[in-house]
Amino acid sequence: MNMSLRDRRLLETPLHARLAAACETMQWSGWKGYAAVQCFTTVPQEYFAIRNTAGLFDLFPMTKYRIQGSGSRAFLNRLVTRDLSAVKPGRVTYCVWCNDAGQVLDDGTVFCLDDNDWRLCSQERHLDWLLWSAQGFDVSIREETEELTGLALQGPTSCRILRNAGATGVEQLAPFQHGSFTCAGVQVRISRTGFTGDLGYELWFDPAHAVALWDGLHAAGRNHGLLPIGSLALDIARIEAGFIQAGADFVPAEQVVRPDRARSPFELGLERFVDFKKAHFNGRRALLAEKQRGSRHRLVLLDVEGHHPARDAFIYNRARQVVGTVTSATWSPSAKANIAIASVRAAAGKNPAGLWAEVYYRRELQWDKLHANCRVVTGPFYDPPRRKITPALDF
Amino acid sequence: MTERWDAIVIGAGHNGLVCATYLARAGRKVLVLERSTELGGMTGVRRFAEGFSVPGCAHLLHMLHPGVARDLELASNGLRMLATHMPTVALDEQGGHLTLTERTVEGPGMSAEVTAVYGAFMDRLRRFATVLAAANEKMPPRLVSEHWRDHLALAKLGWKAWQLGRDDMREMLRIGAINIFDVLQEEFDHPLLKGALSLDAVLGTHMGPRSPNTVLNLLYRLTGQTGAGNGVAVAEGGMQGVITALERAATAVGVVIRSGCAAKRIVVSADSVTGVEISSGEVLNCGQVFSSADPKTTFQRLLSLDALDTGFNRRIQNLRMRGTAAKLHLALRGAPVFRNLDTENLGSRLLIAPSMDYIELAFDAAKYGAYSEHPVMEITIPTAHTPAMAPTGMHVLSAVVQYAPMHLRGGWTGDAKAGFMECALKVLSRYAPDIRDQVIAAELLTPADLEREYGVSGGHWHHGELALDQFMMLRPVPGAAQYAAPIPGLFLCGAGAHPGGGVSGLPGRNAAHTALAGAWRK
Repeated sequence: MNMSLRDRRLLETPLHARLAAACETMQWSGWKGYAAVQCFTTVPQEYFAIRNTAGLFDLFPMTKYRIQGSGSRAFLNRLVTRDLSAVKPGRVTYCVWCNDAGQVLDDGTVFCLDDNDWRLCSQERHLDWLLWSAQGFDVSIREETEELTGLALQGPTSCRILRNAGATGVEQLAPFQHGSFTCAGVQVRISRTGFTGDLGYELWFDPAHAVALWDGLHAAGRNHGLLPIGSLALDIARIEAGFIQAGADFVPAEQVVRPDRARSPFELGLERFVDFKKAHFNGRRALLAEKQRGSRHRLVLLDVEGHHPARDAFIYNRARQVVGTVTSATWSPSAKANIAIASVRAAAGKNPAGLWAEVYYRRELQWDKLHANCRVVTGPFYDPPRRKITPALDF
Repeated sequence: MTERWDAIVIGAGHNGLVCATYLARAGRKVLVLERSTELGGMTGVRRFAEGFSVPGCAHLLHMLHPGVARDLELASNGLRMLATHMPTVALDEQGGHLTLTERTVEGPGMSAEVTAVYGAFMDRLRRFATVLAAANEKMPPRLVSEHWRDHLALAKLGWKAWQLGRDDMREMLRIGAINIFDVLQEEFDHPLLKGALSLDAVLGTHMGPRSPNTVLNLLYRLTGQTGAGNGVAVAEGGMQGVITALERAATAVGVVIRSGCAAKRIVVSADSVTGVEISSGEVLNCGQVFSSADPKTTFQRLLSLDALDTGFNRRIQNLRMRGTAAKLHLALRGAPVFRNLDTENLGSRLLIAPSMDYIELAFDAAKYGAYSEHPVMEITIPTAHTPAMAPTGMHVLSAVVQYAPMHLRGGWTGDAKAGFMECALKVLSRYAPDIRDQVIAAELLTPADLEREYGVSGGHWHHGELALDQFMMLRPVPGAAQYAAPIPGLFLCGAGAHPGGGVSGLPGRNAAHTALAGAWRK
């Protein structure tokens, strides 16, 4: 079947006109079939907006499912590895879910809207898996990716901007809480969540009001350094915060072809989100067996010597054996460090010392390589106190 | 103090009884639960009219495993064969019947040359079947495994095929996955002969002669003719005789059987099977549960779906088990008279399958949700061997009638059943013209009836289609193909497990052996 050229173009989000007007660089990329901006002006400018003022990011293409019915809590609790049995309406929970073999299908956020009304947001599409998982549960599952849009407003001045736009009381939201607000005349659900590791919010609302809200937030943020941000700047921020991303730091298990490429939650450093004490969940038996047997891989945060980002670099141990690869890497302007997320063989040890990366870089068309020592760090590179303080601080 | 069993076996069909007996012989304290008041499940007796009884579903013994009979001392428990290696009569409307034995075929048009080809062909198939027979006796290996025992089991299977020699191995690999139509077209000309042979490849399946996997089904059936197998056989007392012997063997070693007591739910606690709740609400505690119910019933009805993982549930839901075989029971005033068939041949297996195209056309209807206007039949007259199944001088006829799809368009209403019964009688009376006048009572069990009466999902005789993707290490599905279910303490011991359907006793035996050998699972 031949599709016309027109049909093969990336789709446009409800904010496309605004994004296109602001996008000076014309750097677009595909995100789940939609045109998303990689960079509006320059990556450093957008990055520093995230860290010092506020950045606005279009979340429309994010996959969203609405899960309703008397069995919805039990359904979700069987789906994800974390215990949701005590989660109350108004909470957002970061979750990860696995296949039978205990390999991660995806991670995402679960919004408890009401006792029998939930929303699941994720990077990948999972309708088939969700519907199969619904066998035996009184639950209805609907994809609402296109019925609901999202805007991420991230950075120190984000709370101030929201209050300027009319979201009274938004400063009282604790991290991972959500509530209903009116913002720039638009009814929105605001959650104190984000992908930058800083004070920040995500706004969820009817796509029909997307332009109104975008304009309203820009008006409210005029004196607070609000800038639209692209995916490249966001990527730096999320690596600094130590957040992993499907497709970059792990391959969703449903997309894996080669048997060794999938990863368990333990292998992604997500063990604190696996609860063996709750009722049965997908992959539980396999994960229990892995816990007893030991994992094959481990995800580590690395502080890499030098300033060349160690993108796609091999990681070696002292004996010059390859023990892993870098999955995400960047220069961190805030930490003034060359940072990386790497997947290494668990056999390398719990806190392996003596790792080094083989970093390739290019100077005026000439490739060069260097051996950069790597130090394993435990916490994220960027974790300001304001991230957790409630009521949120004004800047 | 509440009683605690080592093992509870769900279902007192032949596999359930075999499994229970093996477990009890190893010293386990075993309870068998049977929802019906009669033992035997689909092999058990069925009183369908005053004074008349028939075997409920399976009406011939064609693959009872000699090892099972020996281990359980069935002979000393009363099992006696009245006939073994029985001939099959392929009925011809004009009376030109063919008589097929394991190595010969006789009848009009059968030259010495055809007989020789037939003998050689069947011998070759039986050689192939020995490879299957060897695999049938063991727990299938896991395909993706690093365990040496899995590698050894696979190697043994390969060795068995290698022993066939180059030409046979090549031929087995060539025909193993294709359809019986193509294979028989290569060998024979006689439509009736081809019809009769191909019927054995499609009995009890949702397949026609041109469907893939039909050669596999034929080879599977032929395993009963390999080694010390009895071929097609009839026991004293019919199929009920087999069940009685199994029951005696079981109770002799201390198995307790509770009939009229249906398992309602398999009780799980702390991710392990701990007991069975029966219909009265009473919970019986046990260490292990062996389910001879089909996989869908076991995992979707007896076990709670949320005790299992999504991927596994998906595989179980996608199991192909659409029954298409109905069962016809007739109570007859006297011995049926088939045109040009001697009365002493009434004890044989009689087939109505005039040609492969006839079968394929009959199957076509089922593909589109209708019953066959001209069905195929496998007929036995149980009273020819066991006169006690009917009042003196009277007879019963038991026939497997295909094709009657489980999900008939419009459903199996009274009219639909009467319509299909009429089709069956019409076909039957072309071969036995006076049969209608002899009928005192008649019963038709459609797959929907079988599902209701015997609790088998889809009314499928073999608890799931036998096909390469539901065979051996894939039967019923990966994750439960080594008898042990994903949840600790639960085992499959019915026809849904390897090797599959037929009154062989092997699923029950292998399941018991696997459980007794202990866990080398992961």
